[in-house]
Amino acid sequence: MGVAVQVEGLTKSFGSQNIWSDVTLTLPPGEISVLLGPSGTGKSVFLKSLVGLLKPERGSIVISDTDIVRCGEQRLYEVRKLFGVLFQDGALFGSMNLFDNIAFPLREHTRKGESEVRRIVLEKMDMVGLQGAEGKLPGEISGGMRKRAGLARALVLDPEIILFDEPDSGLDPVRVAYLNQLIVDLNAQIDATFLIVTHDIGTARTVPDNLGLLYRKHLAMFGPREQLLTSQEPVVQQFLNGRREGPIGMSEEKDVAQVEAEMAALQARGGDRHNGVGPKGAVGGDAVPPQLDPSPGLPERRAQRRRQERVARMLHDFDPATADAIRASLPADLLAQVDAGVFAPTVGAHGRHWDPTQAVGVLPGPRDGR
Amino acid sequence: MTGPEAPGLLDGPLSPARPLRASGTLFAFALDTFRALPRRPFQLREFVQQTWFVASVTILPTALVAIPFGAVIALQLGSLTRQLGAQSFTGSASVLAVLREASPIVTALLIAGAGGSAICADLGARKIRDEIDAMEVLGINPIQRLVVPRVLAAMLVATLLNGLVSVVGVAGGYFFNVVLQGGTPGAYLASFGALAQVEDFWSGEIKALVFGLIAGIVASYKGLRAGGGPKGVGDAVNQSVVITFLLLFAVNFVMTAIYFQLVPPKGQ
Repeated sequence: MGVAVQVEGLTKSFGSQNIWSDVTLTLPPGEISVLLGPSGTGKSVFLKSLVGLLKPERGSIVISDTDIVRCGEQRLYEVRKLFGVLFQDGALFGSMNLFDNIAFPLREHTRKGESEVRRIVLEKMDMVGLQGAEGKLPGEISGGMRKRAGLARALVLDPEIILFDEPDSGLDPVRVAYLNQLIVDLNAQIDATFLIVTHDIGTARTVPDNLGLLYRKHLAMFGPREQLLTSQEPVVQQFLNGRREGPIGMSEEKDVAQVEAEMAALQARGGDRHNGVGPKGAVGGDAVPPQLDPSPGLPERRAQRRRQERVARMLHDFDPATADAIRASLPADLLAQVDAGVFAPTVGAHGRHWDPTQAVGVLPGPRDGR
Repeated sequence: MTGPEAPGLLDGPLSPARPLRASGTLFAFALDTFRALPRRPFQLREFVQQTWFVASVTILPTALVAIPFGAVIALQLGSLTRQLGAQSFTGSASVLAVLREASPIVTALLIAGAGGSAICADLGARKIRDEIDAMEVLGINPIQRLVVPRVLAAMLVATLLNGLVSVVGVAGGYFFNVVLQGGTPGAYLASFGALAQVEDFWSGEIKALVFGLIAGIVASYKGLRAGGGPKGVGDAVNQSVVITFLLLFAVNFVMTAIYFQLVPPKGQ
């Protein structure tokens, strides 16, 4: 099972420029979360902070009982072995071919023999659909292949947490659809915790269990996908429907009167549901589209049942529309338990709603020969 | 919780602490490199590759620079000693100038200009392609994996090149003095033996070692801090060469002063 990432009160500035402050969220173990936000709101900075490449000034990021904002360098390198990160362009080592790139973490961190390394590398390349490309250099292949090779390299040490920095950027919609299916399939196979930073609303609507939105230097909202998809919050609605009408402006926020006029015009046209199709898969108003399932033949996502129990505990937190959407996603047996009052609201859990003692992964020791 | 304070006049580019902070981070980087030096596993493969690489980009230019450098010193000293009526000491003066000063400086300029700029450009290109971040996320310390082998390679090649420059410079000086200026071979070698001592060679080698260290550290430091796209890499290379040269001449002065305190000149 993946590892939970608990972020509390995180604040990051560059010099006197504040990027975001007081970001508090929890990535539940094994679940897929998507973080949205207008360009320049520091989503990539957030990802880099999660892996300790940037040091926030305040707050904590607790992974496996370690606060990586404050821990020492050696400990940080140990915790990082739990992570797989897919960088925007794959970040492959330009001087090595794909095989050596993907084998790199194995050769650096384990004492596996060359035949064992070969077996694992070919298995991961097969997983991301790169059979037969072992000898190619990163400069010789397309952006989509580079991304998949970067993903294979991120997978090779069996990470507990995988971070994706804009996996859809520079890809055509068909490739994005395949990549999204690949992400869901991977989650079903390895049950790691996933965080995807993206601008693609189609991805955000169909892939994740949880959604978050960074806006104006704060985390505007983070919660189960139904919470954001049915949200009446103007910023969330505007972003998820990819329209100009709303508080988010081209370069800065708009004044209130203009926003009200725009929203009135939108309502006059029939609201989001009749507003046509927005860019990047933004469509559908506050409808909650079905979530992507793993491909046939793969095991069910183990996080799915955990999540269903978790959101069942949270039902009392939400307004009726969100609660209805969540109830619609729950299987009949859980719904019966909910109505029988089996799931007492978890008071004082700070929105965590699951037993944190189960969520603590065990850190691998140094060079444990995995 | 207090918000960020408004920047004053002395914050930002005008801050008096800025040059101090810059030299402090460079020094901290050097300390990090020293700390990573004994850490296992030692990157032998990378070290051999980098040594070969630095040597291959510096050997030919160094040899080509060393010949005219030795010749210029021989010509200058040849005419000066004739004016002073001390032709018999031309050999020793030229050898001392080449061994003690010219050779380590020529070596260092080429290590910094050819080797250091290549190291800086290589690391900078990797940095802006996120390769360095990816490496850190894979749990590998780039200082131990990339910087230590490069710094050691620059140091090794610098000491070896210094030997090459010394030989080529002295041979060039001999050729110009004896063949072109009509000096006598016997006087050249005799005066060489009279004033030069083996410490002169060691001082040159130690200087070359330190210059190689400075060139390697500054190039790696600037390369790993490149930012802002391809232009940032170009800027980093430019700055690394300039900073290395400035540091070289300052350190050279200090080391020469120390040398004269420690090693008494022969013949006193």
